[in-house]
Amino acid sequence: MDNSVQTINNLTIGFTSQKGEQISILKNISTTIKKGETVGIVGESGSGKSTLALAMMGYVKHGLYTISGECLFHSNNLLEMKNKDLENIRGRKIAMIPQNAGQSLTPNLKIGYQIDEALKLHTDLKKEERDKKISELLNKVRLPSPEIMAQRYPHELSGGQQQRVAVAMALAGNPELLLLDEPTTGLDVTTQAHVLELLNFIAKDTGTSMVYVSHDLGAIAQVSDRIIVMYSGEIVLDGPVRSILKNPIHPYTFGLLKSIPKLTSPGLPASMSGSQPQPGTIKMGCSFYKRCNLSEDKCKNNSPNLEYIDDLNTSVRCFKYKELINVKETNSDTVKSINNDIFQNEILDISKVSISYAKQKFIDQLLNKVDDSNPTVQDINININKGETLALVGESGSGKSTILKSIAGLLKTKDGMIKFDKDNVLSNDLKTRDPGFLRAIQLIFQNPDESLNPNHTVEEIVSQPLRLYFGLKGDELKQKIIEVLEKVRLGEFYLTRYPRQLSGGEKQRVAVARAFAAKPDIILCDEVTSALDVSVQAAVLNLLQELKEDFGTTYIFVSHDLAVVRAISDRVAVLYQGRLCEIGPSKNVYELPSHPYTEVLLGAALEPDPDIKPKLVAEDIVEEKPPEQGCSFQGRCPRILGDICKTDVPPWQIGENGNSIRCHIKVDDLKKQQSIN
Amino acid sequence: MTFEKEQKKNNLQKIFEVIKTMASKPSGLIGLSILLFHVILAITSPLYAPYDFKAIDPTLMLQAPSSEFWFGTDSLGRDVFTRTILGGRTALTVTFFGSLIALFWGGSLGIFCGLVGGKIDDVVMRIIDAFLSIPWILAMLLIVSLLGTTTLVLIPALGFFYGKGIVRVARAATHDVIAKDFIVSARARGHSNLSIIWNEILPNVRDAIMVEGAMRWSWMLLGFSSLSFLGFGVSPPTPDWGLMISNARGLMSFAYWAVLAPIFGLSSLIIGINLTADAFAKALGIDRSTKAPV
Repeated sequence: MDNSVQTINNLTIGFTSQKGEQISILKNISTTIKKGETVGIVGESGSGKSTLALAMMGYVKHGLYTISGECLFHSNNLLEMKNKDLENIRGRKIAMIPQNAGQSLTPNLKIGYQIDEALKLHTDLKKEERDKKISELLNKVRLPSPEIMAQRYPHELSGGQQQRVAVAMALAGNPELLLLDEPTTGLDVTTQAHVLELLNFIAKDTGTSMVYVSHDLGAIAQVSDRIIVMYSGEIVLDGPVRSILKNPIHPYTFGLLKSIPKLTSPGLPASMSGSQPQPGTIKMGCSFYKRCNLSEDKCKNNSPNLEYIDDLNTSVRCFKYKELINVKETNSDTVKSINNDIFQNEILDISKVSISYAKQKFIDQLLNKVDDSNPTVQDINININKGETLALVGESGSGKSTILKSIAGLLKTKDGMIKFDKDNVLSNDLKTRDPGFLRAIQLIFQNPDESLNPNHTVEEIVSQPLRLYFGLKGDELKQKIIEVLEKVRLGEFYLTRYPRQLSGGEKQRVAVARAFAAKPDIILCDEVTSALDVSVQAAVLNLLQELKEDFGTTYIFVSHDLAVVRAISDRVAVLYQGRLCEIGPSKNVYELPSHPYTEVLLGAALEPDPDIKPKLVAEDIVEEKPPEQGCSFQGRCPRILGDICKTDVPPWQIGENGNSIRCHIKVDDLKKQQSIN
Repeated sequence: MTFEKEQKKNNLQKIFEVIKTMASKPSGLIGLSILLFHVILAITSPLYAPYDFKAIDPTLMLQAPSSEFWFGTDSLGRDVFTRTILGGRTALTVTFFGSLIALFWGGSLGIFCGLVGGKIDDVVMRIIDAFLSIPWILAMLLIVSLLGTTTLVLIPALGFFYGKGIVRVARAATHDVIAKDFIVSARARGHSNLSIIWNEILPNVRDAIMVEGAMRWSWMLLGFSSLSFLGFGVSPPTPDWGLMISNARGLMSFAYWAVLAPIFGLSSLIIGINLTADAFAKALGIDRSTKAPV
C-alpha cells in the first residue's frame, strides 16, 4: 500500500523580474511526506521554506508562479486544481497553523464560535455534536476548563493558549496533513516547550502527518522524525533527525549547527562568513560555494545533485560530503572562550531602582503624589564593573527592557538611583542628563529595520553621533565614519547604501557602528540578535566580543535566549516580573543549585539535539502583574514551600558557587531537591 | 528582489526620476501634460491673446462661436476665448502660493504635535477641530469682506483654511514613525527636538505631506473659483473662470458657450492636478497596492 500523503516532484516556483528574467525561489524540490511522519523543514530567512509549505497547500503567493513540477496530494496535483476543489482539501485534508495565532484569530469572536465555524465548514456534524466536539478539541490541546475557554475572546488568552486554539481549529477537520509555519516563534521559552510537547503528543495520538517549518533547529529537533535542510531554494540535506543533527554531512548544516550557541558548551559559537545569496544571483555552480570551507573549482562550475546515501538513509547535495561523514563532533576547538577575570572597577551602580508604568490620577498629579505600591520593576540592585558583560534574562514581561530603558534615560525611575562611574548620579530625565553621560551610554536595538532611518544612507546614520558629540565636519567626519565602519567589517563601499539594500547582518553591523562611533563606556544591547538568522547571529556575537576586547566596553545584554547569554556574558541576572531572582557569574548560574525560576527556564530551553528533551517542571501560565506581596514567582513555582512564599519577600542567599539566590528555600535544600531530578 | 547598486543621487536627479516614473503610466502622463499645458498657458497667454479682455462692444453681444470669435462673445460683447485663456492666471497663482503656505504651516504644526504629544498636542488639535467645524466659506467671506479681496489677503487666508487638514495628515504620518527605534535612538543620544524633526522625521513623512499638498491644491482651486463665483474673489473686469461662470450662467439657455469655455478650463485643470497628485503618490510608493509583490 502506498503510504505517502504528499509527493512533490521537481517543483520549481519563481517570478519574472522587472528585466524579464525568470528567477526561481524554489529549485527542483522533490520529496515525499509519509503517513504519520513529522518532517521538519529548516532554513534561514529567504531559503524558500515558507514558499514550499504554502505550495504544499496548493497556494502560490501573488506574483510567484509554478515554473515546473507538481505537488501531489494522494495523486491529485494541488497546483493545477481549481479553487473550488482546493476548498474541499484545505482544512479538511490539509490544515495550516500560522506563526502568530494572536493575529490569525478574529479578535471580536469567541473562541468557541471560531472553532464551531471551522467545524461547520469542514465537517457534517450537527449542532449538538459540534458543541461536544469543541470541548473535546479544547481538551485535546490541554486548555483548562474547555467550557469556560470557549466563551472567551482571543485577547483574554495568553500567546501559548492562542496557539493551542489555533491547533484545535486546525484539528477540527481531522486533517491528514498538518502544516506548521514557525508555530512557536515569538513564544516564551517555557510556553514554546509546552506547545512542542503538545504537538508531539498530537502527532502520536492522531497519526497526522506534520510538516514543521522553522528556522529554529532546537524546536525542529524536538518534534521531527526527518529533517529537510533548505538553502537558497534548494534541498541540501534530507534525512532522519539523528543522522542530520549528530552527523551533518552537508557543509552548510555543519556550519549552521556550529554557529548555534549551546547551553552545554560555554564560549562563543563559531560563525559562518557571508550570507545567503539573493535569488537569481547564482547562475551556475553550488549555491553554497562562496561560504563553504571545503569548496574547490569543481563546485564553482557544476551544481551538485541531491545524492542518496544508503547507509545513512540521507540525501545530500554536495560533492564533498564524504569528508564530513567521519567528523562526529560538531563542537570544534575553534570555539572562543571568554575570559573570566575578576573585574573591579565599578562603572554603573543600580541601587534600589523601581519603575512604574502606572498612570497617576489627575488629582495625585496636582499633589505630586505617586501612588503605586506594586510597580512593574522593583528593588533592582546591580553593580556593573568596567569591561564586564552583564546579561539580563527573563521571559517577556520580566522587565528586562524596562530596566535598560531607564538606564538610557528613556524611562523615569520611580525610586532608587543609577550611579555612573562611582559618584555621578544619572538624572532620570533625558533633558537634564549631562551630554557626556548620554554619550557614555549607547543603545543597540533588537530590530535593525526599525532602528535605522530608512531614508538615511549608512554615512548619514553613522555620522549622527560623530557630529553630535564630537562636532566633526567634512573630510575629518568622513574619515572617521570609514574608520568606524571598518571596525565592524564594513568598507567604504557601504557609505552610500540605504538600509534596505543591506542584509540583516549588515544592518545590525551598521547599528553597532553607530553605537561605537560615540566612543561609549557602556553599550546597552536589547535582544540584538533575536531578529537575525542563526549563522548571522554568531557573527554579530563574535563581532561584539572583539570590539569589547579592543575598546574595553561594558555591555548590558538583554536576551530571552539562555544559550546566547551563556555564550557572551560574564555575569547573568535572572528576572521574573520585574524582580531579581538570581544573579551570579554566568558559568555558575547554569549550574545547580539555582533559583526555581532559573531551573524552569533552563529546563525549557531547547537544544538542537533530539536526545536532550526539555524538562517541563512548571505550568506555562502567564501572569498579568506581579503579586502584591511575597515572592514574585509564587504563582508558578514548582517548589513552593507554603504560606511564607505568599506573605514574605524571600531573602538573598549566597550559594556555594557564588550565586546570589532570592528564595525562602535554603540553598542546601535547593541543591538536594534539584539534584534528584 | 534584485540587488541594484544604487548610488546616492542628488535632489535634482531624484526629482527627475520621480517625474519619469509618473509619466510612465498613461494617467500620470495625461495629468502631467494637462497641468503643464495650463501652467504654460497661464504664463504666456498675454502674448497671444487675440483681443483685449476688457474691451466692451455692445454690437457684438452674445455672438455664437465663429471663425472670428472662436468661443463666441459674452453679454458685454467681450471675446470668450481671450478671457478663457487668461482666466486661469489669478486662480493658479493664488492657489499655488496658497498651497505652499498650507503645506508649510500645516506640515510643521502636524509634525510638531505628533512629536511632542501630550497636553500641547491635545490643545492644538482641539483648536484645529474647532476650526474644522466652521464652514470655511463663511469664514472666508468674513475675512474677505473685512480685509478686501486682494491677492495678499486671499493667499494667506486660503493657505490657512486648507492647511488644517494637512495638520492631521502630517500628525498621523509622524505617529507612524515616532514609535520606531531610530527615533528612540536619536532621543537617547540626546538630539534636540528640532534636530530629530529635521533629520529623522522629515525624510520619512515628506512624501505623505507633499502628496496631501498636491491634493489640497485642486481643492483650493475649486474653493477659490467658488469665491469668485460668489463675487468675493477676483474683481471684475479681471478675467477669471469662476467669475465668468457666475456672469454667464443666467444666459446659459441660449448662450451656452459663455459658460462652457470657463467650465472646461476649470475642470480640466482640476482633473490635471488630481491625476498628477495620484501619479505622484504612486511614484513615491505611497499607494501600496501597486507595489511589486515580491
